[in-house]
Amino acid sequence: MHVDGGVQLTRIHRAFGPVTALADLSLSVAPREVVAVVGPSGCGKSTLLEIVCGLQRPDAGTCETAPAVLMPQRDSLLPWLSAIDNAALARRVAGDNREAARAKARPLFAHFGLDGFESARTDELSGGMRQRVAFLRTLLSGKPVLCLDEPFGALDAITRGEMQAWLSDALAEEPRTVLLVTHDVEEACVLADRVCVMSPRPGRIVAELDVALERPRRATDPAVVALRERALEALR
Amino acid sequence: MIAPLVLLALFIGGWELYTRVSDVDAFILPAPHEVAQSLYDDRSLLLSNLSVTAQEVGLGIVLALLVGVLLAFALHLSPPLRRAAYPLLVSSQAVPFVILAPLLVFWFGFSVFAKLAIVVIVCFFPVVVTTLDALRNVDPELLKLMRTLDASRWQTLRMVEAPAALPAALSGAKIAVAVAVIGAVFAEYTGSEKGLGHLLLTSTPQLETARAWAATVVLALFAVALFSALGVAQRVLVPWTRKDRT
Repeated sequence: MHVDGGVQLTRIHRAFGPVTALADLSLSVAPREVVAVVGPSGCGKSTLLEIVCGLQRPDAGTCETAPAVLMPQRDSLLPWLSAIDNAALARRVAGDNREAARAKARPLFAHFGLDGFESARTDELSGGMRQRVAFLRTLLSGKPVLCLDEPFGALDAITRGEMQAWLSDALAEEPRTVLLVTHDVEEACVLADRVCVMSPRPGRIVAELDVALERPRRATDPAVVALRERALEALR
Repeated sequence: MIAPLVLLALFIGGWELYTRVSDVDAFILPAPHEVAQSLYDDRSLLLSNLSVTAQEVGLGIVLALLVGVLLAFALHLSPPLRRAAYPLLVSSQAVPFVILAPLLVFWFGFSVFAKLAIVVIVCFFPVVVTTLDALRNVDPELLKLMRTLDASRWQTLRMVEAPAALPAALSGAKIAVAVAVIGAVFAEYTGSEKGLGHLLLTSTPQLETARAWAATVVLALFAVALFSALGVAQRVLVPWTRKDRT
């Protein structure tokens, strides 16, 4: 299959020494689809994303994908750069000079709730803001596929709720193909078009749930709650 | 600020007391007030010799920082080179510089280069070790991030590894300050016409012990000043490492 902005994983196998992380995992993501992968800790979710992003090779199986970029689990901001230079890092790597890179990051800052924090040091930013900067950096790489590894895992519950709404809006304005890994079933149901449930190690997809619900969704919507129950059932 | 002054006052007071109650000869241990007198009387002599030693130490530290950082990067980029050269670097520190000094004087004469060479030899090692450790311990998540952004090896080095290792290089230089002063003094012992080490060497046989002690005090103050200067450099160059920021 030729992928145009999508991802096609076929019978992926990946082991680290005696530990099999992924076994016979198949998954496809359509262009501009948001797919959430949920599963217990240590089921190989991060390995899956690294394979999609080309940071690891599968031992067996094929991974066909449009260019994909990883947003790592921790925000991984560089403390010696200002907030805007952190977001602009992707453009600097792509060859833009400092001013050109900043010029591309600046409108996004204004637009995504970071107005006025352009020259802030990273330790002056709140947890939620740091994640926004990290997400903008990922967006500015210009790659069509975003792999988000537990993007809000380190945030408190209230901030996490806000950030989920923020991400949902951001993706509505800047649509991308998204593979979102999370252990938070509720987050998956709020954000994704489809929820894939992974088994404990060795990980593979054991259930897929379509989330045919209008956006914006709230975690308390009865349909979301019902879906969450189904996903949790599949995890057991 | 108060505590070090109190400690210093106690130390000087104890020293003064000792020279009065014991029968130690002033040629062996002069009293602090005699050293202070010499500091004042010989001030132009001390200052002109300090400027010589300060140049050797200051330039030497800067050179050691450059050599140390470049060497650390080379060892970091080439694991075979690291495996080959690291044991040699460690063993180079076991070579007493007493044995090298005559050779350096043979090569460079009484010029500043012989002194610089000794200062660099004793100072580059802590810089190499701290910098190389920092380069090898860069957060793997940051390296992963750079890979996913398709950064080249050079970009990763320039944008992530170099800034991450800079604080360690400066810490290495701070460690080097103490040995740098000893190195410069010793270099002047082996062959020189000026400098505080030279002044020390010539004052003792002239029984100008107070002057030798005055030179020592100046050396100690200079080391403290250099250490503080590196502290300022850290605040300016690597402000993100400060823990006390609000």
